[in-house]
Amino acid sequence: MRTFLLALLCSGLLLPLAYGKDIHKEKSLYRNILVEESNGLRCLVFTVKRGDRNQTCMDLSDPKKLVFPYVQMSLGGLLLNDNPSNILIVGLGGGSIPVTLTELFPDAEITVVEIDPAVLRVAERFFDFKETQKMKVELVDARVFAKRAGLKGKTYDFIILDAFTGDYIPEHLMTAEFLSETQALLSDDGVLVANTFSTSKLYDHESVTYQQVFGDYLNFKMANTGNRVIIASQKPLPSQFYLRSKAKKFAAILDNYGVDILTYPDRMSREKDWDASSKPLTDQFNPANLLQGGS
Amino acid sequence: MNEHADSPESSSEWLTETQNHPRFYQMLILTLAFTSGFIIMSIELLGGRILAPYFGSSIYVWGSIITIFMMSLAIGYLTGGRLSTNQPNLQRYGFFYAGAAVTLLPTIIFGEQIMDFVFLRIEDPRYGSLVASTFLFFVPTSILGMIAPYSVRLLVANAYESGRIAGSLYFVSTIGSALGTLATSFYLVLWFEVNQILYTMVAVLITCALAAIMFHGAIRDSEKKDIR
Repeated sequence: MRTFLLALLCSGLLLPLAYGKDIHKEKSLYRNILVEESNGLRCLVFTVKRGDRNQTCMDLSDPKKLVFPYVQMSLGGLLLNDNPSNILIVGLGGGSIPVTLTELFPDAEITVVEIDPAVLRVAERFFDFKETQKMKVELVDARVFAKRAGLKGKTYDFIILDAFTGDYIPEHLMTAEFLSETQALLSDDGVLVANTFSTSKLYDHESVTYQQVFGDYLNFKMANTGNRVIIASQKPLPSQFYLRSKAKKFAAILDNYGVDILTYPDRMSREKDWDASSKPLTDQFNPANLLQGGS
Repeated sequence: MNEHADSPESSSEWLTETQNHPRFYQMLILTLAFTSGFIIMSIELLGGRILAPYFGSSIYVWGSIITIFMMSLAIGYLTGGRLSTNQPNLQRYGFFYAGAAVTLLPTIIFGEQIMDFVFLRIEDPRYGSLVASTFLFFVPTSILGMIAPYSVRLLVANAYESGRIAGSLYFVSTIGSALGTLATSFYLVLWFEVNQILYTMVAVLITCALAAIMFHGAIRDSEKKDIR
């Protein structure tokens, strides 16, 4: 009881701090961008009237630490491909994923696709993001990028789909056709990681769409988040034993980033917990934005 | 302006009615104008969906679509107005609908090939989407644009009521456009595939064409009877 009261008192004290101060506001072509600071966290927010959503947060006292579960979860894909050399990341946000991967794999070529030039500017100015010799940002719509990259015959062995607007994933980046175009970019041992939400009516449709294109995948969820990370592989899915052994390999280094990878394998489910009769999303049938509202 | 049934000019009953336009004739043209307004905006909205897989869904894709729709409507208005000076009748009016239906078919059937073609040749998605929307939408939308001025000509019998009639035609066709936008974005994409919606549009346009052409035939028959 006493601890409960203490917690109540603390949260009461922290409450005024939760309303952080805005340090940068910008209207870009695609959205309103807000950078705010509270409780030692600096966050990038794509503002939408109903329910703002943080895209990326940086812990100012420990910039390396990955604050958001979904960012941490994206690294779960490394259990299936532990040494990627050619990485594609769709959606820059504050840049925490590309920066982390650059640190983990300094030799890897990393391409980040971001549609909004303003997001790149904000990431550079407020989130210590910097392009490097090996890590480049391309300012282009991901769908256009995927088609062009496919024509050029490019392949990647690690692809992370993390394109978010303030609301959700843009519709044309959710369809079976887009996923097929993306799959065509995967090398033979390639792994694809997609950040999605497990809430809303879209969950079933999205799950079915990924299943149709990639076959069985690992459905990765964690407690206390609405995120669901899909991990699909060109090769057959590895055993739990394999995943655990890889997790041990990464445990020490990922600890620096606040990622408790040892707990991940058990959360990667092979169970199809969605309604398999849902219609897959295609370029032809895609009421994604309409479905996303309802739950 | 009042028509007097017993005025000396009204030697034949049919002629009086054309001056005045029978109610059914007016309703038919207003309904057809409403439908064309509905379909124009429905296609425009679907245009965003059709182009997105190739050119993304950025503001410039919408810019391309709206530009091309405005350009083709402008040219349609001009052409339709010109055509309306040459023996305007319901049959020709019906041909506009048939023409729009037929020229919409390649957009549905060869859309992907057309966009592939453009995508391979134009790197910049702004000009890519502009050129692709020209290929996909310019012809059918121009033909749909001809309907508006032609409808005015078919309904106007004298200068006095021309403004009122043009006003009511704009009214119904713009209401049609508003509903076409709403229905497509709120409901149709939730229930149907893009191509199913487009094929339905083709079917509706063909129905409009047949209605206009058949009614034209009916008028001509009654005209002949009257002359006999």
